[in-house]
Amino acid sequence: MHAVGTRLGAGTGQHAGPHGRLRRRRDDRLVGWLFLLPVIIGFAVFYAYPTVRGVWYSFTDYSLLNDPSYVGGDNYKELVSDGQFWNALKVTGYYVVVNIVSQTVVALGLAALMHRLTRSVVLRATLLVPWLVPNVTIGLLWAWMLDPDLGFVNHLIGLTGLDTTLSFNSPDWAMPLVALVNSWSYTGYTALLLYAGMLQIPPHLYEGAAIDGAGEIRMFRSITLPLLRPIIALVLVVSLIGSFQIFDTVAVVYGGKPPIPETRVIYYYIYQQAFTYFHMGYASAIAMVLVLILGVLTTLQMRMLRASRSDLG
Amino acid sequence: MKISRGVSWFALAAAVVLTVFPFYWMIRTALTPAGDLFRDSTALWPDNPTLINFSRVLGLVGAEEARAAGGSGAQINFLRYTFNSMVYSGLIAVVQTFCCAMAGYAFARLRFPGRDVAFGIIIAALMVPPIFTLLPNFVLVKQLGILNTIPGLVLPSLLMTPFAVFFLRQFFLSIPRDVEEAATLDGIGRWGLFWKIVLPMSRGPLITIGLTTIVWSWKDYLWPLLVGKAESTRVLTVGLGVFLQQSPNRAPDWTGLMAGSVLSILPVLLLLVFLGKRLVQSMNFSGMK
Repeated sequence: MHAVGTRLGAGTGQHAGPHGRLRRRRDDRLVGWLFLLPVIIGFAVFYAYPTVRGVWYSFTDYSLLNDPSYVGGDNYKELVSDGQFWNALKVTGYYVVVNIVSQTVVALGLAALMHRLTRSVVLRATLLVPWLVPNVTIGLLWAWMLDPDLGFVNHLIGLTGLDTTLSFNSPDWAMPLVALVNSWSYTGYTALLLYAGMLQIPPHLYEGAAIDGAGEIRMFRSITLPLLRPIIALVLVVSLIGSFQIFDTVAVVYGGKPPIPETRVIYYYIYQQAFTYFHMGYASAIAMVLVLILGVLTTLQMRMLRASRSDLG
Repeated sequence: MKISRGVSWFALAAAVVLTVFPFYWMIRTALTPAGDLFRDSTALWPDNPTLINFSRVLGLVGAEEARAAGGSGAQINFLRYTFNSMVYSGLIAVVQTFCCAMAGYAFARLRFPGRDVAFGIIIAALMVPPIFTLLPNFVLVKQLGILNTIPGLVLPSLLMTPFAVFFLRQFFLSIPRDVEEAATLDGIGRWGLFWKIVLPMSRGPLITIGLTTIVWSWKDYLWPLLVGKAESTRVLTVGLGVFLQQSPNRAPDWTGLMAGSVLSILPVLLLLVFLGKRLVQSMNFSGMK
């Protein structure tokens, strides 16, 4: 037993005692691929194969009913002069900016408040509730809250005497409202991620700063923000990619009918092209463009992330 | 500059009210008789609270009675949709977590040629947005003739997601090798080691990833809308969408819709009540660096 114990201590490295190591490595080749088998099947059939197929479709004319026929770069040429496509890109960009900025700023504030005030699990669980709720339900709920005639929010506005009605049908308000509704449902979740990051900051930094007479705002700016930067960057990458996938909310708040042009986001436009007009090839070309945009944005953000990590020390 | 604690607590309280109030309003609307909606649309509690909206979206009352209570008379059965949602997210969460754990373990601990290349390829798939594979996957499911079946619904996410593989691999890398080495010397095979030693040790991360998968698949809309719109495979989100479409445009059936909405979040709320602590504590990026 004793001998085994000693060998274990050394065995954590790659080159352990001569006999044990050889015996263990012998059959990993077969076992390894067996362990991977389900994931490889899932990956090959439902990720790799459709990715290749998607690229191929984007160069074809395909209506789902006939076989795809190769048309070269026609879909992409059509894209360039398609006003609706550019509009979809524009409104999606608008959505992403409003959504990400409002959500991140409020979440950061909330996280900082929790961090300095309380460790309550109940509070955190409460803030997480909207994240658990399907976007479809969230969309319905806010379509009701913002109903022009009976909605609670518009009643409140009426009480203040203002002559405005907030509605998803108003060209000016529609997109900010959609963005804010989604921010509402993901802010708690984002705040919790940031809060977890703040817990990693050594408390003595705050104690020291307090002794030196620094106020809370000063501490937030000089301690919390700089040390949290890697987490903020990571949260931004994840929420940015998620934000581009806005679909459910706009699919619901118009009662199941297509959204107004001001909220016809890129995901919805792809969906429409593919399943309303059966332009599968064209829809795939739009999806390709989205892949490229997300790829560039992710790369840029990852680079920022790495840059910010290096000056953490 | 100093902010008083009072102001800070007030801000936190405001955030809680802003988070909770819309849900309160959802419940209060669901308890309102449809005819009363115009009369007391700002009252904090309905004059004549009723459960009729719940019984009609659960398909518990006849078409006549449902129409009288404000419904469109269309057949709507949230009991069925809830069951479908549970099957959909439950199946995906259990099978996917298990398969990804096997792969994560192989990537972290087993040594064989091609391992790191395979891992790299799978991680690259993280960059592909779901809509891109969604279109061809729809075509595939259609060609296989399994539209509007449970297999058609779950298959694309049943076996893996790149994120779960990555997450579990990182976890397995972090556990000390000593335990496994001891078991190896006891003559246990690779499978036995994984099944009897490694999995029980990893209960925490497995539950974390399983719970997250349940929540995300519970919220899924676009995919189930495309491949499972038939009554027999409708999940809750799709059921709500269909209900909304059937509801008259000028005056939507808000009381019924809110009753359906309450039902669509009840199961995940229960999850939060029982596993809230674990879920809340798993919200953490910092451990993944």
